[in-house]
Amino acid sequence: MQKKGVLPWLYIGPTLLILAFFLVYPTLGTLYLSFLDKHSKNFVGLRNYIWTLTSKDMLIAFRNNLLWLVLFTAFTVSLGLVLAVILDRVHYESVAKSIIFLPMAISFVSAGVIWKFMYAYRPANAPQIGLLNAIWTGLLNAKPIGWLVNRTTNNFALIAAGVWIWTGFCMVILSAAYKGIPRELIEAARVDGANEWQVFWRIILPLMKPTIAVVTTTMVINVLKVFDIVYVMTNGNYDTEVIANRMYKEMFHFHNFGRASSIAVILLLAIIPVMLVNIRRFQEQEAMR
Amino acid sequence: MRKNESAEMAQTMARGTAMWKNLSKVLAQFPLHIVVVSICLIWMMPSVGLLISSFRSRNAVLSSGWWTVFQHPFDFTQYTLENYINVLTAQGMGRAFLNSLIITIPSTIIPITVAAFAAYAFAWMEFPGRRTLFAVVVGLLVVPLQMTLIPILRVYNQIGLSGTFLGIWLAHTGYGLPFAVYLLRNFFGGLPRDLFESAFLDGASQLTAFFRLALPLSVPALASLAIFQFLWVWNDLLVALIYLGGAEEVAPLTLKLSSLVNSLGQNWHLLTAAAFISMVLPLIVFFSLQRYFVRGILAGSVKG
Repeated sequence: MQKKGVLPWLYIGPTLLILAFFLVYPTLGTLYLSFLDKHSKNFVGLRNYIWTLTSKDMLIAFRNNLLWLVLFTAFTVSLGLVLAVILDRVHYESVAKSIIFLPMAISFVSAGVIWKFMYAYRPANAPQIGLLNAIWTGLLNAKPIGWLVNRTTNNFALIAAGVWIWTGFCMVILSAAYKGIPRELIEAARVDGANEWQVFWRIILPLMKPTIAVVTTTMVINVLKVFDIVYVMTNGNYDTEVIANRMYKEMFHFHNFGRASSIAVILLLAIIPVMLVNIRRFQEQEAMR
Repeated sequence: MRKNESAEMAQTMARGTAMWKNLSKVLAQFPLHIVVVSICLIWMMPSVGLLISSFRSRNAVLSSGWWTVFQHPFDFTQYTLENYINVLTAQGMGRAFLNSLIITIPSTIIPITVAAFAAYAFAWMEFPGRRTLFAVVVGLLVVPLQMTLIPILRVYNQIGLSGTFLGIWLAHTGYGLPFAVYLLRNFFGGLPRDLFESAFLDGASQLTAFFRLALPLSVPALASLAIFQFLWVWNDLLVALIYLGGAEEVAPLTLKLSSLVNSLGQNWHLLTAAAFISMVLPLIVFFSLQRYFVRGILAGSVKG
């Protein structure tokens, strides 16, 4: 180790300057703007926050984010866990994993196009070109559904696209943790007469708890920030609005910088506790290696 | 002779039971294989549909489902490259592809270079406030992009950086730095201390230790980070949407594709081709560098 001097500051200087401008300054700026009016001229106290927490548009966004939070997180994590365990038993594991992980490589925008096409709607007398409506009308003989327009299905349709993208991510992390469990432990339980179900619930699950926690918090952060999928597929129409998309709309469509800023602050407040848990867990895992 | 015969018989019987065991094992695993294969099929279906549709003519796409090509999959007259030609030229996806490259390459190289120096200092140099500053950098991981957009856009508008490549390179550098510094500092810090101490004893400067020791030993970490940042930028929509706005001539693939979704509406033959063009490069990276790719994505899970 060499001692003090200006040299270290030359190394970290550029980073500090860039971070100060791109993260520290704007974060404080947004906080300040959230107390000003639409044009950032007059102080309005908490009015933007009251609007953010009580207006009908925002309540729909909060409801949808909550729906995402519950369904998206539950499906990605549990499906990822199941896949991690069952793929370990087939000899084409790596191929299957690649297939399921693949959506992680492509942009949410193209995933949005892919799923919009899956959900394509044609009137009952025309041939269905969307796979889902083809199955729906062909096998069940039902009327075609506008999955992304219909208010009872659209949020679920969006969440399904999200699950398709992120399940592979959960699977890969959980699979690594699963393979880290000593085989003797599982074998010993089997010899002692435990069935597969008991092995899963009593041994595998408890041992994987820390990893499941990391994956879950990561998915929760994703949910809070979900934007691209909604922006591309419905743009928040027909009651599919989410917090991040609403912030974009307030900023670019309505030019209401006060409201947009207060939405961003609420988003930050929601993310901070989850993120702190996540970073701590991540460091614990690093330390264990 | 007799002995031999009975031994042979026992052997055949043993082989028989082994075969039987194998068979019953395969049979018992049959439901497992069905479940796994069907999940894989379900997962592939959306992308396969997109790929097939992008090669079908406008009339075919609008009059029948893409799965109907499987009735005569080798009838090559039903496939066409017209959609791709149209999308790349008339719809401007060719230009957008170039823009994506122009945006992504510097937005990958700049933050990693800047971060590597900082990470090295945090790992192997002593200076007042080292721990605090590093904690601040890591703490910035929690800031969601949304929190920064308005003030930066205002500054950009004043100094003419919005709608420029320079503006978006800098923005991606800023947003990529906390994670890059965090990851590299952990990696550099994990390198053996003796190595650095003996290098310094031999009279190596910090700069030499950085270029000759830290960097070469961290190639896997740098590769994972580079792939992660590359894909993050390539696939980004929000940052491009905000800082490049509606400027056609600088729009990357994601921005262009999302505006085509609105303007092309039900022209699925074109939309599917456009979407596939935006996926090609990430898919190549995915298949050729899978190991680094997965590592990068996993490490990136803490990025804000």
